[in-house]
Amino acid sequence: MKKAISLALALSLTFVSLTACGNAATESADTTATESTDAAATESTDAATTESAGATFKIGGIGPATGGAAVYGLAVKNGAQLAVDEINAAGGINGAQIEFNFQDDEHDAEKAVNAYNTLKDWNMQILMGTVTSTPCIAVAEETNRDQIFQLTPSGSAVPCVQYDNAFRVCFSDPNQGIASAQYIGANKVASKVAVIYDSSDVYSSGIYGKFAAESENQGIEIVAAEAFTADSKTDFSVQLQKAKDAGAELVFLPIYYTEASLILSQASTMGFDTKFFGCDGLDGILSVENFDTTLAEGLMLLTPFAADAQDDLTKNFVASFQTAYGEVPNQFAADAYDAIYIIKAAIETGKVSADMSAQDICAALKPAMTTISIDGLTGAGMTWTADGEVNKAPKAVKIENATYVAMQ
Amino acid sequence: MSFISYLINGISLGSLYALIALGYTMVYGIAKMLNFAHGDVIMIGGFTIYIVATTLGLPPLLGIIVAVIVCTALGMTIEKIAYKPLRKASPLAVLITAIGVSYLLQNVSLLIFGANTKLFTSVISVPPIPLADGQISISGETIVTIIVSIAIMIALMLFIKKSKAGQAMLAVSEDKGAAELMGINVNATISLTFAIGSALAAIAGALLCSAYPTLTPYTGAMPGIKAFVAAVFGGIGSIPGAFIGGILLGVIENLSKAYISSQMADAIVFGVLILVLLVKPTGILGKKINEKV
Repeated sequence: MKKAISLALALSLTFVSLTACGNAATESADTTATESTDAAATESTDAATTESAGATFKIGGIGPATGGAAVYGLAVKNGAQLAVDEINAAGGINGAQIEFNFQDDEHDAEKAVNAYNTLKDWNMQILMGTVTSTPCIAVAEETNRDQIFQLTPSGSAVPCVQYDNAFRVCFSDPNQGIASAQYIGANKVASKVAVIYDSSDVYSSGIYGKFAAESENQGIEIVAAEAFTADSKTDFSVQLQKAKDAGAELVFLPIYYTEASLILSQASTMGFDTKFFGCDGLDGILSVENFDTTLAEGLMLLTPFAADAQDDLTKNFVASFQTAYGEVPNQFAADAYDAIYIIKAAIETGKVSADMSAQDICAALKPAMTTISIDGLTGAGMTWTADGEVNKAPKAVKIENATYVAMQ
Repeated sequence: MSFISYLINGISLGSLYALIALGYTMVYGIAKMLNFAHGDVIMIGGFTIYIVATTLGLPPLLGIIVAVIVCTALGMTIEKIAYKPLRKASPLAVLITAIGVSYLLQNVSLLIFGANTKLFTSVISVPPIPLADGQISISGETIVTIIVSIAIMIALMLFIKKSKAGQAMLAVSEDKGAAELMGINVNATISLTFAIGSALAAIAGALLCSAYPTLTPYTGAMPGIKAFVAAVFGGIGSIPGAFIGGILLGVIENLSKAYISSQMADAIVFGVLILVLLVKPTGILGKKINEKV
């Protein structure tokens, strides 16, 4: 019987280590070279037959439409569809209509590669995706092998755009950390800051690292840096207590909204009245089922998009999004909407036509991306460098009366 | 002052581990099997209360009662279908089956409820108690959890010592064959054990989800493993051992988070466990055979 216990203990330890590795990117299986040449062959025959009848651009999308990150995936799907419909109604790109096909990946690297293969069978020419970082890294391997142009609206991990065929609309994780510290420093939001981050998550620890480095330059003192891991993400009382004892004026939360919702409620229970500041991972906190939104009052987050902005572009987008889907768009919807217009601008600049193969389109779009400048929902005068990163100014929003309001 | 606050939070976490560990140790003590699905029965209990109290808007107390009924039925069904046919098989086969049941419950709930996090409304309406001019406050959930854990521990010990069914359990745990010869219905006794263990899981689910109000299909998995560790720590099979093990585990975890490293807390907890088992392989209270249920 003692043997059974020790065996069970060993098993439980294995469980712990397994769950800790849950975030590791799954390396995708090899796609054979023949498959991609096959796809290219069908592409050109297709193009040949449809050339006279007015060809269409086939843009694929991948993201979580179900599961834990579904808030993000559905927002991207809807935002992109809105842009596609607008462009098609206005006569398409250089006279060619856009066909948009969005596939679900459930925020899973393996399923994302399956979705990518489905889209390739559909003769996708350009990929707008994927929405979340871990699947995005896996799919980027595939698009690079097949040389299909990829623009991710919101994949923020550094390796998402490590190949020259991939670009992104959002900030990278390290840039979010730097921008957060700069924002807090420049606007004198607080000088004593505590950080609570997930040390087992690449997104969270990446932002924390850069934030810590940049806060020194900004004169921000980090009075407490507390970690948690994927295995112990329900009890934050100790981390909050240490932040409170250290006299933190602000708690920086470079984490996702599920844990943040717990932190907010536990801080309120223990009577810790402070400011909270987060990054784009907190976007969606208002959509948690049964969440008491009064807890999020005053929460600040760094995000490139605020739905209440008064410029015409944002106002029109929010109005048509609400008409079409009955809810206020979040920044993921805005990222995706911009992504489609960025692709359109790159196609026009790169003189790409709809009858070209995916590989030729990719070769033409790569140089075009570094020359265009876009005034979009998520930033004015956005430009791109050849390594896939975007240049734009960050904006901060605050939650007031259960909606996001721009801060200045 | 903050030390006391860390200690209270540790006891609060520990009393939850203790409550879950009571269910583990109860089943282990009598059926001599590790029911790895215990944590997932807790999750089912949490979802039952969520549906009754939040979705249907009925009183939370009714939710707890429904959850106790659902979990008891679930526990007895699992025992009948998955464990009973393996009564004569090796402990290893039963252990693997229990892990299988655990994954089955998780994935079925994933299908039914989806992976979206749900926020659980606390079923406890006891207000927090402020101490030392409000510098420290003990939440109502903590107070209720500690009281409920102690009450259940005492009730279980009395039940086993005084009642006929409890004596039958004791007999089955000591020698199944001899118990059967003495006219005890071994199968019925083990079924009853699972029924009690699962009812405890439903109560643990209510308190776990009230204290840490997120609910996903994986809610029960990690607390289940920690509680199992607590049960081994205290001496598996011993009812007071499970309670002491749970409280100690929670306190060690929170104090190491506070004073050593928030990142290393789990490693330290498991390190302490290894040390204890090296010195005292049966756990803190494991030696006292007569305490075993």
